[in-house]
Amino acid sequence: MPIVEVQNLVKKFGDLTAVNDLSFEVKEGEAFGFLGPNGAGKTTTINILCTMLWPTSGRASVNGFDCVKDSAQVRQSIGLVFQDPTLDNGLTAYENLEFHAYLYNLSRKTMKERIAELMKVVDLEARQHDVVKKFSGGMKRRLEIARGLLHRPRVFFLDEPTLGLDPQTRFNIWEFIHRLRREEGITLFMTTHYMDEAENCDRVAIIDKGRLIALDSPGELKAMVKEDHLRLVTANNEAAKREIMERFGIEAKFENGELHLEVEKGNEFIPTLVRELSVPVTSVTVQKPTLNEVFLRLTGRTIRAEEGGAFDGLRTRLRAKNRI
Amino acid sequence: MGTFKAIYIICLRELRKFFRDRLHLAGTLFRPILWLMVLGWGFGRIVATGGGISYKEYIFPGITGMTVLYASIFSSMSIIWDKEFGPLKEILVAPVSRSAIVFGKAASGTAVATLQAAIIALFVPILGIHITPGQFVAFLLTSALVSFTISSLGILITSHLKSLDSFNVVMNFLVMPMFFLSGAIYPIKVLPEWLKMVAMVNPLTYGVDALKNIMLTGDPSSPFSPDFPLWVDISVMVVIAASMTGLAAYSFRQKE
Repeated sequence: MPIVEVQNLVKKFGDLTAVNDLSFEVKEGEAFGFLGPNGAGKTTTINILCTMLWPTSGRASVNGFDCVKDSAQVRQSIGLVFQDPTLDNGLTAYENLEFHAYLYNLSRKTMKERIAELMKVVDLEARQHDVVKKFSGGMKRRLEIARGLLHRPRVFFLDEPTLGLDPQTRFNIWEFIHRLRREEGITLFMTTHYMDEAENCDRVAIIDKGRLIALDSPGELKAMVKEDHLRLVTANNEAAKREIMERFGIEAKFENGELHLEVEKGNEFIPTLVRELSVPVTSVTVQKPTLNEVFLRLTGRTIRAEEGGAFDGLRTRLRAKNRI
Repeated sequence: MGTFKAIYIICLRELRKFFRDRLHLAGTLFRPILWLMVLGWGFGRIVATGGGISYKEYIFPGITGMTVLYASIFSSMSIIWDKEFGPLKEILVAPVSRSAIVFGKAASGTAVATLQAAIIALFVPILGIHITPGQFVAFLLTSALVSFTISSLGILITSHLKSLDSFNVVMNFLVMPMFFLSGAIYPIKVLPEWLKMVAMVNPLTYGVDALKNIMLTGDPSSPFSPDFPLWVDISVMVVIAASMTGLAAYSFRQKE
């Protein structure tokens, strides 16, 4: 039985259709990624799955419980890390976890054991009696992850868990999440618009404008795009561009003083290219397709291009000032 | 069992933060005492009362009502804070009944407000107001009921508010009129008919009146004596508190 089941899910806010006839299943124990640009409907879907929103139509269930009718059982089955922080900054790290343990009706003994264990895992043992206000963004995220796991949920939802964090912290958080997954055997359901983060999932659902446009393993998805991306620097880029067009019929583009071209089997193409060109080649880089190319292929747009809306910017600034 | 634990921890969280903020704590305890001194010693000299009730005695229930009103409203306002900065989401996705959330929040408001009422009651003998141990107990129990009523009303309002900006609107258009039209600093008997009607639908009127019933033992025919029997005050507050908590719990369910 799938642990998460979504059937013909629709969510409308007035005229806006945020989720448009979405259907998919998540298997127990897998890391399932939800990839798409901002506003694609990722958070709305998560909000329905975690019983914060009612769907307009369609069905959603988690751990065999209906997200509308059996909301209490669904809530007990899930752990969450929201896009925006939800810690109480006025309480200590320990008190935040204690608060959670009481809400999820853990016994005192279990609570103490689990908190001690998780504080070690997230490396906050030494700071557990400090007020959360003083914590860095990465520390707060780690604490939220520990909190979400405290009641041993069946499905762990992570909505953009690394948004607004620096690359180093992002890397550490993901390493940590995947280790937890191996150790706890938990089902992960995550959303992200970072390509590299989605690559680590067992399966990725690509959604755009509320619709599911592809669902497969990252490897299979990338196989949809046959061409590799080649970056070329030559002694005379102008001349090289002309020659590539004449000899191979491939249109190259200038970008940052490099020539960019898309070719199938890029690594096999390089020797031919170097041999045939009369202009000396200084350097060549081959880039295998990423999920971004997959998204581009499917929608004609890049995910990156839609980032950084006004709200995103504001949120990052507020976060920097430690207000949220 | 789970429900009681949830109420306990939601309430404890607020109390922990209340006692952690020393400056805020000192301010909330100082304000009612200041009001009592200003109104009791200042106005008390120039306002003529009768029927064995001094103005100082008269405003003691009113100032208590005001203190309880502010403490309860401020406490329920923490919901907007929780909404804006996140913690409310953590509470809403927890497997906890929605009424437990409302009860926990109302309980913390009640605890904080009743504590402040107790401090005023301990202070008033200095002003020359006599209070018996029986009156003291009845006074605290009534203050608790008043603050639970106002807290549940506050929670119902804040559950519908979207941002911190709305706080000022609530203060100006709700809390200030509630205080001035409650019979706290003058009897509602002296108000024009239409304002009297407003005072009659003001929950705080019954709270202040209940406290007057306990504290003012002078001539019942005096214009400064209570307006309703104690049982009417208590019943009205119980009905308001029950309906407010019910409605607030309903507004915390899943969103359409």
